[in-house]
Amino acid sequence: MRPIKTSMIAASLALTAGTAFAQGIDDPTRAEYFEAFKGKTVAYVPVAMGFDLTEGWAAGLKQALEPLGVKFEIRDPNWNTDAGAQAITSLISEKPDVLVVHNPDVQSYARLLQKAEKAGIYVVQVNMRSSYSTDAFIGADYVGMGGQIAERLVEKCSPANGGSGKIAITQGVLTAAASAYQMKGIMDVLAEHPEIELVSNQAADWDATKARNIAATVIQQHPDLCAIAGFWDVMDVGTGAAIKESGKDVYLITQGGGNQSACDGLENGTYSEVVVYNVPGQARDMASMIKQMLQLKAEPGSMKTTLFTQLEFLTKDTMKPGSCWSLPSQN
Amino acid sequence: MQGLGRLSQEKIVFGLAVLLCIGFAVMLPGFLTTSNLLNLVRSVSILGILGVAMGLVVIGRGIDLSLVALMAISVAWTLQLVASGMSLPQAVALGLAFSLVAGMINGILIAYVEIPAIFATLAMGIAIYGFGRYFLFTLDVIYMPESAQALQWIGQGSLLGIPVPIFAFAAVCLVATLFLRWTTYGRYLRAVGDNLPAARITGIPARPIITLQYMISSLIGFAAGLVTAGSIASMNTRVANSTMVYDVILVVVLGGIGLSGGRGNIRNVVVGTLLIGVLLNGMTIMNIQYTLQNVIKGVILLTAIVIDTVLNPRDEQTAQQGDI
Repeated sequence: MRPIKTSMIAASLALTAGTAFAQGIDDPTRAEYFEAFKGKTVAYVPVAMGFDLTEGWAAGLKQALEPLGVKFEIRDPNWNTDAGAQAITSLISEKPDVLVVHNPDVQSYARLLQKAEKAGIYVVQVNMRSSYSTDAFIGADYVGMGGQIAERLVEKCSPANGGSGKIAITQGVLTAAASAYQMKGIMDVLAEHPEIELVSNQAADWDATKARNIAATVIQQHPDLCAIAGFWDVMDVGTGAAIKESGKDVYLITQGGGNQSACDGLENGTYSEVVVYNVPGQARDMASMIKQMLQLKAEPGSMKTTLFTQLEFLTKDTMKPGSCWSLPSQN
Repeated sequence: MQGLGRLSQEKIVFGLAVLLCIGFAVMLPGFLTTSNLLNLVRSVSILGILGVAMGLVVIGRGIDLSLVALMAISVAWTLQLVASGMSLPQAVALGLAFSLVAGMINGILIAYVEIPAIFATLAMGIAIYGFGRYFLFTLDVIYMPESAQALQWIGQGSLLGIPVPIFAFAAVCLVATLFLRWTTYGRYLRAVGDNLPAARITGIPARPIITLQYMISSLIGFAAGLVTAGSIASMNTRVANSTMVYDVILVVVLGGIGLSGGRGNIRNVVVGTLLIGVLLNGMTIMNIQYTLQNVIKGVILLTAIVIDTVLNPRDEQTAQQGDI
């Protein structure tokens, strides 16, 4: 009798559970979750729209936040730091709930970001940080990245491995976080490797034409140059063109958000290696941070979180069909 | 001072360039090699081509601040068209047509509507950039598609060991010199630049000549754009917002083409371009930081202008001509 009884109890239990599932049970956090985002505004101030990184972040944030009813606003200063500062100033008085800022350099917006937090706005910084830390920073660990790149250069160019030991660096804007922090990482590693000679360290202002001319002169002056480390793939199209034109075998390691153009560049030999901080991933991280802030409702400025983006070193051999991403407008 | 007084700005700048050359040749091993000198000229050839365009306009007593914006947008559009499947010749023809139409609008605004050139072209430059960014493409760097590889030769190829951009610069200089010296329209252009009312009284079709001058400038600008796109396998429309157009004006003025019009030759542009080229090349070899390079560039330019002002003081006549 026992087994029959047990199976009957089991059957009736399964039946009741079945009816409960058929009617559905409500997720207790659901209502609160959606309530947290209703009528909220997220404002986004990149250094400029119109290039892969900033367009990618905007697309990702929009995709994650707008379905929740969050209003997403873009203020585009178009490479003008003053216009950016003005945009942030006027946003402080408009009081959006969250401000997402992409800093052109480490100084310009520092005070404004502090002011925004004091005014009760959560401030998220993306990829290039200001000297003032805010609620969240999402981006590459540039010091660490510089170190890793320098390690790669040592590996490629050390005379012990058959290289000439001569390397060159093409920075972006000297005061940008991406340049300044990264140089520290690179220099720390190079200090331990006296066999590596840094023959040129110049800033090309994120501009491909300047990068091309610098690379052409450096290669011409040091025909045995082993490698160039560039700080942005969009700019290093110029560096790659100069290397191709010289006919020399110079290893070009660059970096960027992993847009399809980076994979194309690896494929056609413009770059030898690209260090990728995945832009859609960064956008997702930002959206998650924003969702958390809006739900926790902590006081702006009371918590400082840093999320370093995982880096990926892509070469022609390690690259896979899905390694890069493209914007909807690129398809 | 009498002997020195005959030194024109062109000669002063040329002298400065030679002095710098000697200095670099002594101090920097590897400066005075054929490959470096070729590289030097090649790196400023695009600036030089744009300088010729600007030089022609300035000789005609105008100025074209929309030059760089128009170059960037028309060539970027060409690349975009090729990327979306159009054949290369057709895309180039459309880009060129866009460029010429914009140049013509510039000319009409200045010659017929009589807006001062500096305002008309400033506004046009902004309008062209905005139009391109809003209607023609979304990203500000347009990459060269595979099917436009033929263009790459203009920017990266070489003939007899000499990079093609240098040939392009030389060809543009040659054609512009011949145009100025031997064609009727070239002489009209100079006459209009020298003295507009007098030119008009003598029966020169002043307004069409002014319009023509901006169309020529847009044509040469388009050529410079193709060389740029070829050499970096992309077109960065952001240059429209950069100080590049001032660099171009600098090359022209530095070489000794007065902004008051009517004076100067293409030779002046070449000399100005060479000085900038020598400076940039030497400073890059010396690994001087970009920001410091700008300071040095500025100081040398000021020096050239000061020497010129001391040696060739402005008189009442030039003052009346009205410098910008």
